[in-house]
Amino acid sequence: MSKYDADARGWFGGTGAFGGRFMPEALIAALDELDVAWQDAMADPAFTGEFERLLTDYAGVPSMLYDATRLSEHAGARILLKREDLNHTGAHKIRNVLGQALLTQRMGKTRVIAETGAGQHGVASATAAAYLGLDCTVYMGEVDTERQALNVARMQLLGAEVIPVRSGSRTLKDAINEALRDWVASVDETAYLFGTAAGPHPFPSLVLSFVRGIGDEARQQCLDQYGALPDAVAACVGGGSNAIGLFAGFVDDPEVAIYGFEAGGDGVDTGRHAATIFAGSIGVLHGARTFVLQDDDGQTVESHSISAGLDYPGVGPQHSALSAAGRATYLPVTDTEAMDAMALLARTEGIIPAIESAHAVAGALRVARDRPGQTILVNLSGRGDKDMGTAMDWFHLGEAGESK
Amino acid sequence: MSTTSTAFAKARAEGRATLVGYLPAGFPDVEGSIAALKVMVEAGCDVIEIGLPYSDPVMDGPIIQAAAQQALDAGVRTADVLRVVEAVAATGTPTLVMTYWNPVERYGVERFAKDLASAGGAGLITPDLTPDFAPEWIAAADERDLDKVFLVAPSSTDERIALTTAASRGFVYATGIMGVTGTTQATAAGVAPLIARTKATTDLPVGVGVGVSSGAQAADLAAHADGVIVGSAFVRTLLDHAGDRAAGLAALRDLTAELAGGVRA
Repeated sequence: MSKYDADARGWFGGTGAFGGRFMPEALIAALDELDVAWQDAMADPAFTGEFERLLTDYAGVPSMLYDATRLSEHAGARILLKREDLNHTGAHKIRNVLGQALLTQRMGKTRVIAETGAGQHGVASATAAAYLGLDCTVYMGEVDTERQALNVARMQLLGAEVIPVRSGSRTLKDAINEALRDWVASVDETAYLFGTAAGPHPFPSLVLSFVRGIGDEARQQCLDQYGALPDAVAACVGGGSNAIGLFAGFVDDPEVAIYGFEAGGDGVDTGRHAATIFAGSIGVLHGARTFVLQDDDGQTVESHSISAGLDYPGVGPQHSALSAAGRATYLPVTDTEAMDAMALLARTEGIIPAIESAHAVAGALRVARDRPGQTILVNLSGRGDKDMGTAMDWFHLGEAGESK
Repeated sequence: MSTTSTAFAKARAEGRATLVGYLPAGFPDVEGSIAALKVMVEAGCDVIEIGLPYSDPVMDGPIIQAAAQQALDAGVRTADVLRVVEAVAATGTPTLVMTYWNPVERYGVERFAKDLASAGGAGLITPDLTPDFAPEWIAAADERDLDKVFLVAPSSTDERIALTTAASRGFVYATGIMGVTGTTQATAAGVAPLIARTKATTDLPVGVGVGVSSGAQAADLAAHADGVIVGSAFVRTLLDHAGDRAAGLAALRDLTAELAGGVRA
């Protein structure tokens, strides 16, 4: 237990501060059932052992901690990359879905639903469902199904049904709304595989319990490989599951600085961004009190980011609490900075990161300027294959002889 | 004493159930929603529920979502909702606001309670706020003498039903189905156990909402519940007559009369 964990009712940072459970009564019994089943499972070595076995044998975990020497040379500080991009399905998200799908099986439910933005959580959910023999329905904003058609095809090949969501802004937040609507009507046989460490209690804590291996492994790997803790850790923050997974390994090491990098989009001052903590205000969205992008009437404002995975107007409540407590610092990284970092990592290390993760790399380069010669551990949360369409447009790639 | 409870008691004295009608404020526009709600009052709604349009309405199906989105696209503000409340409450019919929680939190809980009370509003129905996470609202409502209408659902445990009814004032809102508004139909057989479990914990009236759309269904449910709450069917009526406002109001009057007949059957 850390003092940064939630209390029994899901509050981070004290009663009423962040998190909680702002949900229709119809779903409270299911959330309570999930909470009990999850706590019971986490205390059962048969469950945790099976989870560890799946991570190792199936997902390729633990991911390596990689000393990015050429990038470090460029940055002027030592950059270590936690290579979550090498996991099965190409991102940290496989950890979360394997945990939740195993829990679904244990609870005797036969169907899972999930929301997805870029499609990464949808693909991971479809993968876990296929592997564990569960029916899977994925809700995806219609706008996102168009810009991430390849991931729609992957989910379909894995046997999942993908439902385009046409309500509201037709993006991730509306996909969450639609998944919740499905869940209200199907809760007896269905589990909701929430894609990030947000939402009503127990999801923020439950998701953390499945992704915290990122930080626990990284901490041990850093000690084993380099004999010391890093001076700082950095991750990108949309909903914030990869970041909270990394941060959890270090929150109780006060000498390690923690940085979360939010999507600055076109720049925070343009209003077209997803920098929820940096530029938003406290509200309630999708079941939790947290920082939200909202107008004066509490209507959710649409977020903007070149990275679909960070394009969310809310954020996990534990991040809000870490920010309020001054334990972690959250800063925006613009589309341009992120794309520059994507190219830089590709050309210095031969690693094409997801655009989400490129935000963390860009942020780490900025941290490096303030911390020359220090060690900065970055979560490289996903790989960039899915983003090649965006990269082609951005860098004008794809025509031989014309790339720059 | 809650004026809402009084309306339920009056209906009971007449040997019938209470008809509660819902429309979102600002749909089809602010003045249009006032006109429509006044028609619903004239034609037989005993209690009015005014929806505060919200960008992320997780308990609502496509019909109410469409109406709320139309209102938001036209620029409806929280202050407009309070203006609609004032106009409808002036008819003397108990008028509650049904709202997701964030707009109230953003407006300021105490400020919202004060302005709602000043507008003559009777209280709030809170579909995504349960009593165990509502200390600010409960305090503000108690100070302003406002109704706190919380929801119970078929999935609620007896313990949660007791907790919910103990914190409620005005009436208790029983969700007729496990699902969102305007989709499946609630049946008397389906909802009777929840009503019985709820009534075992409280003397407050119990209204059934979500999944009620016709006079026959209202009659069926009125045999078990103290009140019948209708929303999507009213909204659909206006959506169906989007091009002809007079025809929409006429159809709304007919539907209200049919439902008012249902609760008296």
